[in-house]
Amino acid sequence: MKKLDVNLHKGDMLQGKWNGRTYTIIRELGSGACGTVYLCKDSQGEKYALKIGGDSSRVMLEVNMLKKFSKVQGVKLGPSFVDVDDWEVRGKGVYPFYVMEYVEGKSVREFMRGRTKDWIGICALQLLTDLDHLHRAGYVFGDLKTDNLLVEKARIRWIDVGGVTPIGRAIKEYTEFYDRGYWGRGSRKADAAYDLFAVTMIMMEMVYPKRFSKGTDPVKVLESKLHAAIPLKPYRSVILGIWKGRYSSAGEVTRDLKRVLMHPGRSGSSRRRGKRMASETSEVLAFSCFVMAFFGVSIFSFWM
Amino acid sequence: MKPGRLKQILLLTDGCSNHGEDPIAVAALARNQGVTVNVIGVLDDRQNEKPQGLEEVEAIAEAGGGVSQIVYQKSLSQTVQMVTRQAMTQTIQGVVNKELQEILGKDQTIEELPPEKRGEVVEVVEDLGESCDLEVLVLVDTSASMHHKLPTVKEALYDLSLSLNARTGANEFSVHVFPDSKRAIRRMIDWTPELSEINSVFHKLSSGGYTPTGPALKEALYAFAAKPVYDRQDGVDPYEETGR
Ligand SMILES: Nc1ncnc2c1ncn2[C@@H]1O[C@H](COP(=O)(O)OP(=O)(O)O)[C@@H](O)[C@H]1O
Ligand SMILES: [Mg+2]
Repeated sequence: MKKLDVNLHKGDMLQGKWNGRTYTIIRELGSGACGTVYLCKDSQGEKYALKIGGDSSRVMLEVNMLKKFSKVQGVKLGPSFVDVDDWEVRGKGVYPFYVMEYVEGKSVREFMRGRTKDWIGICALQLLTDLDHLHRAGYVFGDLKTDNLLVEKARIRWIDVGGVTPIGRAIKEYTEFYDRGYWGRGSRKADAAYDLFAVTMIMMEMVYPKRFSKGTDPVKVLESKLHAAIPLKPYRSVILGIWKGRYSSAGEVTRDLKRVLMHPGRSGSSRRRGKRMASETSEVLAFSCFVMAFFGVSIFSFWM
Repeated sequence: MKPGRLKQILLLTDGCSNHGEDPIAVAALARNQGVTVNVIGVLDDRQNEKPQGLEEVEAIAEAGGGVSQIVYQKSLSQTVQMVTRQAMTQTIQGVVNKELQEILGKDQTIEELPPEKRGEVVEVVEDLGESCDLEVLVLVDTSASMHHKLPTVKEALYDLSLSLNARTGANEFSVHVFPDSKRAIRRMIDWTPELSEINSVFHKLSSGGYTPTGPALKEALYAFAAKPVYDRQDGVDPYEETGR
């Protein structure tokens, strides 16, 4: 991806050429293949995330997606969209940028540090809930990976919507480790199952933070890594099911994952942990997710 | 706008040409004929410095209106698909820009439109990229220094067809290698929508001590022209301008 050469520092101000709003840079939040994201504030002192440095069409595609998915069916999916504009630097050129909600969160790895394996399932559950909404709206996330996620108040959120692809089209952007095509587990045509595969790889990454490559027999490598991963044992059959293409919607996976998380043999240990967590307000939220999950399961068992 | 048929040559090499005509000139010629030339310079995983000869990689792609990238073997797969896609977008954007200029005046480009309008235009470009037909002639340098990289190349090409075949538009690939003792290039795979047969290729390759990139490119250009007309849905001149 073409990258425009911009390097902004604390205190730098940029004004949009079209909308005229001014933003002051506070610090860098992170950078990827398609630009750099800065924390900034507007003239009212409101904090936002500002992305700059990608080529013009890429910026616009991301903006289009943000506008579409800041909210789907009343559910907030990506960061909210705030502004899009060009920054004109005399003698240097024009830099397109956009401004969005600042997601004040931790990376998945940071968040998972010291947490129990239940959280692998809970994070997956949170992701699947959002994915289900996105899929119902006719899109897949595409480039689903930990780099594109942040955990805010014990809730996983995605931040980089650059890979969102309409169902039925070719996946625009992917990262090998999370890509089912790379692992010989299917095509790169966008369907719900494409994202489900990536979710399993995020779960794998929580156990293998350094990740691993496919070797000469990708299918075998994947399965042996799964079997060697003790924390993933409760999720094994769900993960294998996804790999074997047994699930076609996020909802189906959610149902089975909830069943695993609410398994009677596990409730004791979860409750103990629950007490410790409840001290932090953020964690209470996650706990309520548990309760909701339980509610969901009981309804489900009622229907059975 | 009707999605057109894009034509690309994808050259995979690891060094500079040292035989025959200037590959940069041939690339310019190709571009003129409506064929984009993309070049990927493949480094050894151990190589830590960019070897001199690979400057040519950039120059050929520039002259050929395409995209170039220098990569380590291990990231080849992802690069090959990225370069191909980027080149597609670039070509389509070029066509769209031309149309824009016809409508809005001489120097109007996508970049100069206000953001909202730009947002609409990139959607059109995306749609075309998804639905246009694509012909990719892959040209692999199989000179001695490339030999141990060929398994990776094979994998990357298989991966490329996986990516492109997920699109709605039709694809056709053909694979040629050079140098060859008789002609400038040797056809390994004739035009096909799938590169799954690629596993049987690259056996029994002769390796020469020279790298005739220029003549190979020219031969590749002929191979485009010689492509039989019957499998063209639109049945037009093989050098037709893309995108219309
Ligand atoms: N809205 C946001 N709030 C907070 N941090 C963000 C936000 N968007 C991006 N970031 C940070 O910037 C990094 C790069 O952003 P991303 O959009 O993923 O770039 P790229 O498209 O180049 O991969 C992210 O990994 C994240 O740390
Ligand atoms: Mg990213």
